[in-house]
Amino acid sequence: MRAVIRSIAPALPSRGGKFLGEKFAFALAFFVLLAMPGTADDLGDGKRGAALFAKCKGCHQVGKGAENGVGPHLNELFGRRAGSVAGFKYSKAFQRAGSKGLEWHADTLGTFIANPRSLVPGTRMSFRGYDDPIDQADLLAYLRTFSVSPADIPEADPTARGIDHDVDPAILAIAGDPEYGAYLSSECTTCHQAEDSDAGIPSIVLWPEEVFVIAMHAYKDNARAHPVMNMIAGRLGDEEIAALAAYFATLEH
Amino acid sequence: MKIDRRHFLGTGVAAAVLSAPMVQAASHGKPKVVVIGGGAGGATAARYIAKDSKGEIDVTLIEPTRTYYTCFFSNLYLGGFKELSDIGHTYGSLASSHGINVVHDWAVGVDRDAKTVTLAGGGTVPYDKLILSPGIDFVEGAVPGWDVSAQNKMPHAYKAGSQTELLKAQIGAMPEGGLFVMVAPPNPFRCPPGPYERVSMVAHVLKETNPTAKILIADPKEKFSKQGLFEEGWTNHYGGMVERLGPDFGGDNVTVDPDAMTVDIDGSVEEADVVNVIPAMKAGRIAEIAGVTDGNWAPVNAADMSSKADPDVYVLGDASQQGDMPKSGFSANSQAKVCANAVRGALTGSKVFPARFSNTCWSLITTDDGVKVGATYEATEEKIAKIDGFVSQTGEDAALRKATYEESEGWYAGITADIFG
Ligand SMILES: Cc1cc2nc3c(=O)[nH]c(=O)nc-3n(C[C@H](O)[C@H](O)[C@H](O)COP(=O)(O)OP(=O)(O)OC[C@H]3O[C@@H](n4cnc5c(N)ncnc54)[C@H](O)[C@@H]3O)c2cc1C
Repeated sequence: MRAVIRSIAPALPSRGGKFLGEKFAFALAFFVLLAMPGTADDLGDGKRGAALFAKCKGCHQVGKGAENGVGPHLNELFGRRAGSVAGFKYSKAFQRAGSKGLEWHADTLGTFIANPRSLVPGTRMSFRGYDDPIDQADLLAYLRTFSVSPADIPEADPTARGIDHDVDPAILAIAGDPEYGAYLSSECTTCHQAEDSDAGIPSIVLWPEEVFVIAMHAYKDNARAHPVMNMIAGRLGDEEIAALAAYFATLEH
Repeated sequence: MKIDRRHFLGTGVAAAVLSAPMVQAASHGKPKVVVIGGGAGGATAARYIAKDSKGEIDVTLIEPTRTYYTCFFSNLYLGGFKELSDIGHTYGSLASSHGINVVHDWAVGVDRDAKTVTLAGGGTVPYDKLILSPGIDFVEGAVPGWDVSAQNKMPHAYKAGSQTELLKAQIGAMPEGGLFVMVAPPNPFRCPPGPYERVSMVAHVLKETNPTAKILIADPKEKFSKQGLFEEGWTNHYGGMVERLGPDFGGDNVTVDPDAMTVDIDGSVEEADVVNVIPAMKAGRIAEIAGVTDGNWAPVNAADMSSKADPDVYVLGDASQQGDMPKSGFSANSQAKVCANAVRGALTGSKVFPARFSNTCWSLITTDDGVKVGATYEATEEKIAKIDGFVSQTGEDAALRKATYEESEGWYAGITADIFG
């Protein structure tokens, strides 16, 4: 998973730099590198992915009533074991990969789409791969929509999408009180380490204030899904988000 | 760390700040805070008061053990996902980085008139503000046949460390096809999903090493935390291994015989190989000795965690009776920070901000299958009241469950750094 996110990182700013000056582009790429492993779908654009799927359609069906064709159907793909669709005759290569425990998740699918033969040498799938990481993520975002049970909340990668969210410039202009932010931050440091470790849970220190504020409002407005963050951000007011941004932006070690 | 104040414009935040507290001048030298119990609540409170007062407050932390083993993740140790050393923490950096006076001793007495704490070693320690976070003790006679003297035969493993090690060793020594019985506690108790995460972890081990073994839970409760998620996981991963007898089936009528290693559930006697007795709980005994309990727990004011019996005594974590928050390490840590802010304000006149509380409890069901439940809370006149919450859903896909487990590992690293520095 991490590999997918990393490879996407450098391309992101060109996509959603609405509020982001050029000078932040480098910093953002850096933050994305720190991102926790997340599901790749929240990085991708499923609509674009639907168009990209055109290349796959000759062999694979997906969606209601999808059946096996030259390749297996791709419903409920995420989480399933490779080579496990009933009634499909797999290559030896795929049977072996499946019996060794290969499962389809964002990370393995990312690697597979990038270069099918590198992951499953000997696969019959004659597709050279989508090398562009954005294409990969978009395609996965599309396929993911056929895999998720309604109860399944795909949780957002914490850092990748913040800049895509619309926040009123008046909110962005609020100057936060770092002393208040210091108090409020103690609620964050139960999970996020004040040092900049990002294992399992991303680092939140030394973010550019604007990026921090946009990300928090995206959680608050449920534009990004993550139940803990939606809950925490949901009850932070505009002043409080500004205060946290001011505090975390200026921490020194 | 240092704060750059150039953005400090006081934009409307003052409105959120409670009225300026009276500064409580200490009678002699620096104001003194004594914290009893160096666990999730106490160590956090000591650390935040010392860190944020920058030497203006004298902080003493009284804790008998030199290595604190977190109960959180102790089930993962039982399941073979963690080593015991992974969950042990020492007090070195609280002393060295924050100048906290760490005293390794038991507090055995509290004189609230003289404002002193007596230590088992004989000394007395004066305080201006006393913070109690002693965790839990067990209600005597809660499970007939069991008392703490039986804990080496029938461990509770509800305080982590040697008890957890013993339970793990007993599980490892079970004969093929043996029986593991858990006597689950009634509400309220420390870590509502804890017993059921434990069952998952024991099942995980047995499935690998002793697949014909059985797990039987005698439970006095109708329902339990994350029940749907756990039951789904038990069916999917450990089909047929786990059986739970709720109160309808006599799960509330249990007697044990530690010498015979038998458990009597509503008249039917089971011979067991391991019996994990988790009795009903109450506040750590020192809270009762200090005279701040009412029944089993110590009632507190939600705004600052001060005792309803004494404004200079605060009770945190499992021992407190605060309202809607579950008794968890996350809650204790959250309450400690609210309390630290209030205590510092009272002693040095620093700004006191309104209380805010939150909690999230992660549980592991099997490898890479993590679930979570959480909520936020606010202080009302009468209690800490729940505002909003969420819980993982049944039928979630494997990638999300794996991400949730990884998140819990991040949380563990974060909270232990936040507690112990
Ligand atoms: C199996 C299990 C799993 C759990 N999992 C989780 C989880 O995943 N997440 C979570 O948030 N919580 C979890 N918990 C709950 C969590 O461990 C407790 O809620 C938390 O430790 C409470 O903090 P506390 O400060 O109240 O007490 P404790 O952390 O127990 O600390 C109390 C301390 O006080 C000391 N003490 C007691 N009496 C005295 C005295 N007289 N003098 C001096 N010192 C004294 C003790 O030695 C102890 O170190 C779990 C608990 C268990 C048992």
